[in-house]
Amino acid sequence: MPDREPAGWDGPAILVEDLHKSFGEVQALRGIDFSVERGRVLGLLGPNGAGKTTAVKVLTTLLAPDRGRALVEGRDVVRSAAAVRELIGLAGQSAAIQEELTGRENLEIMARLYHLGRTEARRRAGELLALFDLADAADRPAKGYSGGMQRRLDLAASLVARPAVLFLDEPTSGLDPRSRIGMWAVIRELVAAGTTLLLTTQYLEEADELADEIVVIDHGRVIAAGTGEQLKGRIGGDVVEFVVVDPGRLAAAVDAVASLGDGEPTVEAGDGRVAIRVGSRGSESLVLTVRQLDAAGIRTEGLGIRRPSLDDVFLALTGHGAEADSAPAERRSRRRPRAEAGVTRRDGTR
Amino acid sequence: MTAVALAAVDVAGPPLRERLGRALSDTWNLTRRDMKIWTRNPAFLVFAIVQPVMFVLLFRYVFGGAIQVQVPGGYVNFLMPGIIAQSAAFASFGTAIALARQMQRGVIDRFRSMPMARSAVLLGRLVADSFRMLVTLLVILAVGYAVGFRFENGVLPGVLMMLLGLAFGVAVCTVSAYVGLAIRDEESVGSFGLIWLFPLTFVSAAFVPVSSMPGWLQAFANNQPVTIVIDEMRHLALGGALVEGAWQSAAWLAGVLLVFVPLAVRSYRRA
Ligand SMILES: Nc1ncnc2c1ncn2[C@@H]1O[C@H](COP(=O)(O)OP(=O)(O)OP(=O)(O)O)[C@@H](O)[C@H]1O
Ligand SMILES: [Mg+2]
Repeated sequence: MPDREPAGWDGPAILVEDLHKSFGEVQALRGIDFSVERGRVLGLLGPNGAGKTTAVKVLTTLLAPDRGRALVEGRDVVRSAAAVRELIGLAGQSAAIQEELTGRENLEIMARLYHLGRTEARRRAGELLALFDLADAADRPAKGYSGGMQRRLDLAASLVARPAVLFLDEPTSGLDPRSRIGMWAVIRELVAAGTTLLLTTQYLEEADELADEIVVIDHGRVIAAGTGEQLKGRIGGDVVEFVVVDPGRLAAAVDAVASLGDGEPTVEAGDGRVAIRVGSRGSESLVLTVRQLDAAGIRTEGLGIRRPSLDDVFLALTGHGAEADSAPAERRSRRRPRAEAGVTRRDGTR
Repeated sequence: MTAVALAAVDVAGPPLRERLGRALSDTWNLTRRDMKIWTRNPAFLVFAIVQPVMFVLLFRYVFGGAIQVQVPGGYVNFLMPGIIAQSAAFASFGTAIALARQMQRGVIDRFRSMPMARSAVLLGRLVADSFRMLVTLLVILAVGYAVGFRFENGVLPGVLMMLLGLAFGVAVCTVSAYVGLAIRDEESVGSFGLIWLFPLTFVSAAFVPVSSMPGWLQAFANNQPVTIVIDEMRHLALGGALVEGAWQSAAWLAGVLLVFVPLAVRSYRRA
């Protein structure tokens, strides 16, 4: 349980109202609102450049907002920044560990900087190393850790002072699917212990796995909020998707399948990809699609059915894909772009 | 989502005494951390020890023969105060690189999200780097003695010379801290973040008498702070007029601190 149970406040653990933040010309946040009840998990979901990190930075007192306010356990992140810092833990988008130091040293120094006594710091470091499955590697320099181990160490560091409210900015970015699932398990345990958690992610699947409630942001605005189920309901469940080989037949293909989905099929003219939202009528629609396309004599590739992805959420909510953001190309290219579809499918078959 | 006007809780901060105590312990913990990191990093060791020693030997034996100076004891005595100041200045490279790296990796963000004294990260860094610099300077001094350098003006002025060299290094460190925090990118800092140090240290009285330079360069070399500090160090080591140079040096160092400490603190806060 969090040690630092704050007093004097019975509102939500996190309250964000009309938050604005610009960097010169770039409006990173254009008025976002949300709240998180104590002990709950909020997933802040959005593509590159949506404003997730900016929101986390404001909430963790690293950036002052231009307008609006944010309260953590009732403390204003600007006016009572010092009090907020007593309550929070942050694991930022990159693993903020010192590679020259061992895992144990990293945690002990954090504990000392949180003003724990020497013995208490040592005890807490040992406890966290065990909890995060790092005990064997504890006395090796973190430089030699795998990406997953470094992430776990980073997460452990954010928990040293048993924060009441924890912020994780893309806790699984850069991890392979197996480490990602390991990380999910760790995060679930934390949450079970009662910590209020705000995590950001680019993957609907991840938000769905971990969060009680999801807030979707895009271009600095909240475009949807609700539980994973509610969001997927709005998207309309499963998606049948295929690529038309001959670009000249794209229109014919869309005509052939138009009646099968909920609403118009979405088309990406660039690569001839057609997606049909088919609700819960997955396999039946798949068969019908094959028949219609066959009857119309249209050749396709990669015909299949999948669970909705963040891209679909964005298509459904905004009419544009998740990649169509205004972030500079350099920022985007640091990321693995669509490879996540793999994870989506794997879990979709669960 | 909600339109309820919930009033924020106002929290009184801890009393001044406790804040000061925390600032001290935070600074000390970060100092120890930074020193530990330094000892783990072989590249730093090369940079802090091997390179300055190589400079001493190169200038003493390769260039030294060609450089005519009018000081008691010859070129090695002329060289050592200069090389001590130059090494102190270049030691600040470590400051800039370390801060840029920590900025880039989010370490500084984490520190800033913690209930830590705001001044501690920079102060701890400077204290740790001063220790590192002191080690470098003592090693250079020892090598200098081995190759013929002698303090000609007594022990106390000699100690003062070392302290002035150290103070000069710390002042340059604050400039480098600002550069590192402002550029925020380890690679850029590594390749051009400290390029300004080259003209400042080489176009000075560090290695050759200013009178050997072309006239237009002399005007700069004679009046820039590095020369002023090095001349004073030389006077302390070898004898000569002390007072005027002492004031000028102190004024320059204070000026650098007054400008760059606030700049560095500001870029730390805005990180
Ligand atoms: N310090 C900054 N200076 C200028 N622009 C910035 C700065 N930080 C963020 N931005 C811009 O603000 C927008 C939102 O960025 P932010 O980092 O919050 O996005 P994000 O949702 O975290 O994206 P990602 O998934 O790539 O981490 C982007 O267009 C970004 O380029
Ligand atoms: Mg981000």
